[in-house]
Amino acid sequence: MKNNDYEIVMGLEVHAELSTKTKIFCSCPTEFGGEPNTHTCPICMAMPGTLPVLNEKVVEYAVKAGLATNCEIARDSKNDRKNYFYPDLPKSYQISQFDKPLCEHGYIEIETGEGEKKKIRLTRIHIEEDAGKLNHNEFGGGSLVDLNRAGVPLIEIVSEPDLRTTEEVDAYLKKLKSILEYIEVSDCKMQEGSFRADVNVSVRKKGEEKYGTRTEMKNMNSFRSIIRAIEYEADRQIDILEEGGTIEQETLRWDDVSGKTFSMRDKEDAQDYRYFPDPDLVAIRLSEEYIQAMKESLPELPESRKQRYIEEYGLSQKDSNLLTASKYLSNLFEEAEAICKSPKAVANWLLSDVSRILNEKELEPDAIPFTAEQLAKMIQLIEKGTISSAIGKKVITELFENPKDPEEIIKEKGWIQISDEGAIGEVVKKVLEANPQSIADYKAGKDKALGFLVGQAMKETKGKANPQMLNKMFLEELKK
Amino acid sequence: MKVSREELLHIAKLADLDLKEEEIDTYLNNLQDILNFANIVNEAPVQGLGETFGANDNCNVFRKDEVKVFEDNASLLSNAPESERNMFKIPKVIQ
Amino acid sequence: MEITELTVHELQDKLKKKEITLPEITKAYAKRIEEKEKDVQAFLTILAEDAEKQSTEIQQKVDKGEEIGSLAGIPIGIKDNICTKGIKTTCASKMLENFVSPYDATVMEKIKAEGMITLGKLNMDEFAMGASTEYSAFQKTRNPWNLNAVPGGSSGGSAAAVAADLVPWALGSDTGGSIRQPASFCGVVGLKPTYGLVSRYGLVAFASSLDQIGPITKDVEDCAMLLNVITGHDEKDTTSENREKVDYTKAIRNDVKGMRIGIPKEYFGEGIDKEVKEALEKAIQTYQELGATVEECSLDIANYALATYYIIACAEASSNLGRFDGIRYGYRTPNYNNLKELYRHSRSEGFGAEVKRRIILGTYVLSSGYYDAYYKKAQQVRTLVKKEFEEAFQKYDFLLTPTAPNVAFEIGTKSNNPLEMYLADICTVSVNIAGLPGISIPCGVNSKQMPIGMQLIGPKFSEETLLQAAYTFEQKIEFRKKYRPEFKK
Repeated sequence: MKNNDYEIVMGLEVHAELSTKTKIFCSCPTEFGGEPNTHTCPICMAMPGTLPVLNEKVVEYAVKAGLATNCEIARDSKNDRKNYFYPDLPKSYQISQFDKPLCEHGYIEIETGEGEKKKIRLTRIHIEEDAGKLNHNEFGGGSLVDLNRAGVPLIEIVSEPDLRTTEEVDAYLKKLKSILEYIEVSDCKMQEGSFRADVNVSVRKKGEEKYGTRTEMKNMNSFRSIIRAIEYEADRQIDILEEGGTIEQETLRWDDVSGKTFSMRDKEDAQDYRYFPDPDLVAIRLSEEYIQAMKESLPELPESRKQRYIEEYGLSQKDSNLLTASKYLSNLFEEAEAICKSPKAVANWLLSDVSRILNEKELEPDAIPFTAEQLAKMIQLIEKGTISSAIGKKVITELFENPKDPEEIIKEKGWIQISDEGAIGEVVKKVLEANPQSIADYKAGKDKALGFLVGQAMKETKGKANPQMLNKMFLEELKK
Repeated sequence: MKVSREELLHIAKLADLDLKEEEIDTYLNNLQDILNFANIVNEAPVQGLGETFGANDNCNVFRKDEVKVFEDNASLLSNAPESERNMFKIPKVIQ
Repeated sequence: MEITELTVHELQDKLKKKEITLPEITKAYAKRIEEKEKDVQAFLTILAEDAEKQSTEIQQKVDKGEEIGSLAGIPIGIKDNICTKGIKTTCASKMLENFVSPYDATVMEKIKAEGMITLGKLNMDEFAMGASTEYSAFQKTRNPWNLNAVPGGSSGGSAAAVAADLVPWALGSDTGGSIRQPASFCGVVGLKPTYGLVSRYGLVAFASSLDQIGPITKDVEDCAMLLNVITGHDEKDTTSENREKVDYTKAIRNDVKGMRIGIPKEYFGEGIDKEVKEALEKAIQTYQELGATVEECSLDIANYALATYYIIACAEASSNLGRFDGIRYGYRTPNYNNLKELYRHSRSEGFGAEVKRRIILGTYVLSSGYYDAYYKKAQQVRTLVKKEFEEAFQKYDFLLTPTAPNVAFEIGTKSNNPLEMYLADICTVSVNIAGLPGISIPCGVNSKQMPIGMQLIGPKFSEETLLQAAYTFEQKIEFRKKYRPEFKK
């Protein structure tokens, strides 16, 4: 933010696709991809005379999401129609929920800065159907409507305007994503659009109590673009206010290529959704027993897992946080730990080298190709001294390319550590002979020279020499 | 309640209907007549009564999450005024 | 007697006795259609040729001694808002002029499962909006009793076709009286079942919380038989009731002794035609003679109910008809340069004036600022209407009213005055609002030989009581023996 006199006020509307097998109101598959209009039937194509029937799993998943985010679950809920015309909306109304959402008044706890906790309140979670997709026709002009996604179940998670910084937004989204993954109600794959967020942004002078006029931004398809969009939009609003202008309440579309927001006024024009209860669907009345059963079926959530990592494994708050953010990563950690019994080593490998490679390849943790067993085995090879940590790094890289038994990898590649005293002694001798200046430096009190010599010896052995032994033998020689 | 010409045009826009100039007065009069009549609901003795949304009191009617593929996929596009590559063709939408 | 004059149960008797064959039945209807359809204009699609073929195939099975159902080979006419796979379903709208449904409505699956044969699709008011069938985009169906009069609506094609012996029986749909009022105008039997008794899956929705499919037949026994075919729980319709199946033909018993009948005085007041009132009074007397207890009562909801009906029905319709946008099916305007024009021109050119009128009203009552004053209020009145009926049914087995305030009116006399046309539904809409069953049966004719209908209204799922009471009355007055439509020009 350019101007530090202001603070940003943000609320998020997150749409998460539920990982049910079938659509919300018909039995078509929800599977991603597929030839256009092949995952369709008369119901999701809104053929005249068809009727919706609610998928029981959708209610179940939404209730679980509500329970995992501390919401009150509605005992009496219903579906409403939201009426508007758009070619991706075949019925010309979206079945959603208006005044009786399934879940209300929840919160999510995030960590800000150094371990400080902040509650972000949730206004509501409701169920609704996704729209289809418009494809641009590169040849004949015009657009083409594909309804494979029409009717895929979504939950919309609406937060209160409790977020103040882009770091908080990032933490909130990551936390929400990890909760939904943990309870297995959504895949949360941003690249497939199964986890997307609209952001309401306003700015106000610090100390001001009244909220400023907000704009709503849509069409951000990655965490990075959400943060960029917020930064851009906050600056835009501050500029307007600083020049004495006023903010217009409107919906904006984020364009990732130009890095700017654009008004969607055309769609906004005459917006009146005329919500009313869908007469084709009956009331949803959830019993105490049902809600209790859902509560009991919830798995361990990231927050409690994190505490356990700190207490049981002695991991740092930060590492525990990072590990538990992804259920996949966290599960991999637990499985590997169970085999090698070195929690800190497993955590370090996952959070340093493995995470770095994931970042480089722009992959999610669930794309890690090797097994927990392979990771554990590699750690054991280091601990036994069979390989060095430096070789370990190479093994990890290799495991990403061609996952197999690390023992086989090091044999094939000839990476087994040299721990033979005679062999190492020879290398030490050779390096010392070639570097008389370093010997002199060391003797003159420059300890750094030892590191240089060890480095030279590692180079000589292509990283295979046992570093502890090198250290010891150099010292012995230098002291002579 | 008196309906204005502007209101009628706004409503027509919401409903995606295009009223011809010569039709506007007729629709305006019709709507006004019917609303004048419909206003009687505001005189009904409904104090304290809840709203009835549907004609029956069914609740919790759900479907199992089991895939059933609609076999006759081709018939779903056979009524389309214009289609291409198994998709419905419409004028270019500027997003 | 001509084959086409017979009721379905009479046809069954003759088939059983091998006095007639199935192809003879379909041939007789083909001939009758050829003779009379030009006067009545009840059909939008005629399938007589195909029906003959099908009946021949079924007859061959019978001749080979194969077991077939008791209704196999019996023809039926279907209102053109019920989806029929592979056969056009137009809703009498330019919007769906060439629409062929990719699936069968649940009632069609049931009809096909019985081996029944669709003889054709029948005319109606566009999207079932109207009370005279004059709002069909394609043709004006005539009343067989007087070809200058309307057959009523919206199931006017179905009622006229049954009355004119063009089909042995038919399916209609009833949102505010659309089965009962045309049945009354055409001198036939029409039943609007309890909401949820018949699946709505495949019925092109007008007002989802009010619509119900029901039979239009020559007599009460046929009505019970057809009701047996179409009722039953359907997983595809969440508003469908999950109850044990009833054999309605068991209710065909000649006995009303001890039945308690309420006569809501408000239905006999101002606005009711004198001759209609007289015929009803005579009917009441008949019931008394038959041993029923009759008592005047009060049901002061008629006016609220009519207003409520138009608010709810139009609100739901405005949303239900949103899907007709010229993209996936239906009429697409040739005049457009962009998406907005495609939408607006297709809808404006594809829908008729009455449909547009109702979409506008429905959009208005749902729009912000008016929702509470109209839609929300109407939903409360709905509770009131249900309550009033419930109270009445604590005292009475059923209520007896006229089906319509008048007999069939002349074509063109009301079609330009929407509000007056709406008033034609005053006696019937409350039944839909409360989700109750209602049956209309003929109770006499006026001085011009036009039929007058009587409506019996019962509590939910009281179809058996209504059928029994209607049957007993029918046996007593023998309407069909005394009066026949004359195709007066």
